[in-house]
Amino acid sequence: MGALRRHAPAVLAHLAVLALWAWATSWGGVPRFILPGPLETIRALGAPQIDWWRHVLITAAEAFGGFALAVGIGVMLAVLFTWFAPLRRALMPLLVTLNLIPKVALAPLFIVWLGYGLVPNIAITFVIAFFPIVITTARGLAEVEPELLDLVRTVRATRWQVFRKIQLPSSLPYLFSGMRVAAVLAIAGTIVGEFVGSEAGLGFVIMSAQGTLDTPVMVMSLILVTLVGVTLYGLVVALERLVVTEDARLR
Amino acid sequence: MRASAEPFLSLRGVSKTYRTGGRETVAVSDASFDLGDGEFLALVGPSGCGKSTLLKILAGLHPHDGGELRIGHAGFDPGRDIGVAFQAPLLLKWRRVLDNVMLPAEILGLPTKAARERARDLLALVGLEGNEDKYPYELSGGMQQRVSLARALVHDPKLVLLDEPFGALDALTRERMNLEIRRIWASSGKTVVLVTHGVQEAVFCATQVAVLTAGPARMADHFAVDLPEPRELAIRNTPEFGALARRVYDRLGIA
Ligand SMILES: Nc1ncnc2c1ncn2[C@@H]1O[C@H](COP(=O)(O)OP(=O)(O)OP(=O)(O)O)[C@@H](O)[C@H]1O
Ligand SMILES: [Mg+2]
Repeated sequence: MGALRRHAPAVLAHLAVLALWAWATSWGGVPRFILPGPLETIRALGAPQIDWWRHVLITAAEAFGGFALAVGIGVMLAVLFTWFAPLRRALMPLLVTLNLIPKVALAPLFIVWLGYGLVPNIAITFVIAFFPIVITTARGLAEVEPELLDLVRTVRATRWQVFRKIQLPSSLPYLFSGMRVAAVLAIAGTIVGEFVGSEAGLGFVIMSAQGTLDTPVMVMSLILVTLVGVTLYGLVVALERLVVTEDARLR
Repeated sequence: MRASAEPFLSLRGVSKTYRTGGRETVAVSDASFDLGDGEFLALVGPSGCGKSTLLKILAGLHPHDGGELRIGHAGFDPGRDIGVAFQAPLLLKWRRVLDNVMLPAEILGLPTKAARERARDLLALVGLEGNEDKYPYELSGGMQQRVSLARALVHDPKLVLLDEPFGALDALTRERMNLEIRRIWASSGKTVVLVTHGVQEAVFCATQVAVLTAGPARMADHFAVDLPEPRELAIRNTPEFGALARRVYDRLGIA
């Protein structure tokens, strides 16, 4: 009951957008080649020439795969940074510089290097999602109260114990805030990859439908991409709820 | 019984100078005193007089660069016989109260079952029975400070070092904690060093008081507090207590 009341405004806002959409495309007079109505968009799911499931799964695989890779490698690198300060001093500024490259502009190169298919799209997703993860996690690992370190040093804590019992758990809120940002970026990376060169995935569907001005298919693809993104983001938030105590979460 | 003949803690001309960026700060100079087994020493003085520095020297966190320091008797292991608590509770947010208390025991690799038992007992001792499974954010500041006190004791250290553990508490809670720390000290027989800038707190809690002053850093006084045991807060209204407190104020140059 409490939860229902708390979430009611958000649910209403979502429904209001749907209603506005329905109204604009019917009485509002927005022509269908600009924006199809909700019913017509749903009807696009029946288009015989499109295997929707396959495209959704491919996009999801690319987004989730690139994201998982970014988390794995990002966390590993952040940990190495805290263990080997010279490595951090050498690589952290480099990462900041590399982060300034507009990652989407790398997509064509990746396709040249890696060919068509899942691999280049996972690579683009990875590159775009990777930076927020390393940067936030490295910061989280570094931010430990010096007095707390003093305290455990009086009982001769090893470096590994400090890492396991203090640094790692205290960096989790940072890691998750990085992951929330990265989840949003990951979907964008995947779709850009599919735009640039791909024979499958929702980005590919959007590009092909553009050729025939099939707006219902385009809008449907957009909705499905969003749902893939919502799922990824939702998983991150759910995992965070599970492992990070409420008051430690970063907002 | 040769061991009990010599003091638990003995400092002779201990000093410490910090060197940072070409500047030198004399934080502690010529600290000399003895402390017997099971005594309660208060280090009192104004901000910046080197109380924390001296405590960190005792904890083995900073090397001292002059004088002689001897801690404990034969068999004293500074890596497991010292417990510390600081002004901030420094609890791990993601650990429940009981697991926070367990931290030093875990690091030392003490047998888990016995240590948990002990952690429970200590939480009861500091008046937190029934809060074992709460998270730190569910506790008040005073309760958090008690947890950090229990944590300082969980590995049964012989020497307990407390750096203004009540500094952040309101006056009432602080008085209650003074009584509590005395009760714990009296029942445990541990040697305690308490850093504070509260003169009343120092005289009330301790069996010995060392007065430190800043600019230049030095130990201005060291005396025994011969007040009856057990002490109650009302003792602060006695002439004996007043005289000792005045002595500290005198040494600190506060008329
Ligand atoms: N790590 C450090 N590096 C350099 N100087 C330091 C360091 N720690 C303390 N000092 C200096 O040493 C002097 C004593 O500091 P200390 O922290 O021991 O004082 P304190 O008596 O504990 O003060 P307070 O009551 O404010 O906690 C101060 O002048 C301080 O600036
Ligand atoms: Mg201090």
